[in-house]
Amino acid sequence: MRVFLLAFALMLAAPAGAVEPDEMLDDPVLEARARALSQEIRCLVCQNEPIDSSNADLARDLRILIRELMVDGNSDDDVKAFLVARFGDYVLFDPPMKPSTYALWFGPALVLLLGVFGVFLFFARARRASHTPVPLSSEERARLERLLDDPGGGET
Amino acid sequence: MRRQLLYLVPAVIFGVIAGNFLWGLISGHDPRAIPSVMIDRPVPEFDLGPIDGMAGPGLKTADLSNGQVTLVNFFASWCVPCRAEHALLIELVKFDGVRLVGINYKNEAEEARAWLAELGNPYAAIGADTTGRAGIEWGVYGLPETFVIDKQGRIRYRHVGQLDTDALKRTLRPLLRELGK
Repeated sequence: MRVFLLAFALMLAAPAGAVEPDEMLDDPVLEARARALSQEIRCLVCQNEPIDSSNADLARDLRILIRELMVDGNSDDDVKAFLVARFGDYVLFDPPMKPSTYALWFGPALVLLLGVFGVFLFFARARRASHTPVPLSSEERARLERLLDDPGGGET
Repeated sequence: MRRQLLYLVPAVIFGVIAGNFLWGLISGHDPRAIPSVMIDRPVPEFDLGPIDGMAGPGLKTADLSNGQVTLVNFFASWCVPCRAEHALLIELVKFDGVRLVGINYKNEAEEARAWLAELGNPYAAIGADTTGRAGIEWGVYGLPETFVIDKQGRIRYRHVGQLDTDALKRTLRPLLRELGK
């Protein structure tokens, strides 16, 4: 039990991030904003880590740069625009909605719709198949007539 | 007949996926390469001094829009592929007469000087980007990177990673020839 509690407590622990004390701003509000923003910016070296938790040199440079830009009075969107202008949409973990990303945004829904359509088609066909009886073959018909003609019911 | 064709569907799906994998293996496509947004944009604003202890004025934006086609190469002594591509850069300058300038990215001046002394210095000018800020302006995220700048000072091509003879033959030389006209 104690082990499970410990494991659970570890699960709740927040990731520490790679932000070093010397990078942090004195203003706690700005620092919180910078931390939040750095979690949305992709590290271009590690590519699946936000710069907030990356130890790459470039990530550190970008963290410091973000803080500089914020101290200069730039909004979060300004900072994002600054980074996108240099590194492309790729730096954002949350891709923007625009024609080149429509496939990304709507592709999964489209696949789901196709699947729903396929399932619908399958069941519609299955139902139709079970409702229309298969017509008798000529042999079966002949046998049926023979049976009906013979009141004795026996086959000869 | 239509039913039988349906049995081919898994085979077709397999073929498409396998084809994709094969393409990934043999095309030389680098999945880590990030499409550059800098293409066809003017050279970003930057102004760098020379490497400490070396002569020369350094490198700044205006140096790249003086009516010459220029190759801009980001390098550092700590970057192993930079060492590997260096001979090619020397060759390009020597045989193609390309104007090549360098940006020494986050490098100790002493080590950069020793590196250039050892391997040769093909650069017409070198700016020392000690803080990495110029690199960020250029959208550089890994060394080496090489940019082709046209006569109007616009970025026309970006090569991420080590230059090799293949890249030289297939893209760089034809592009330089075209821009040089």
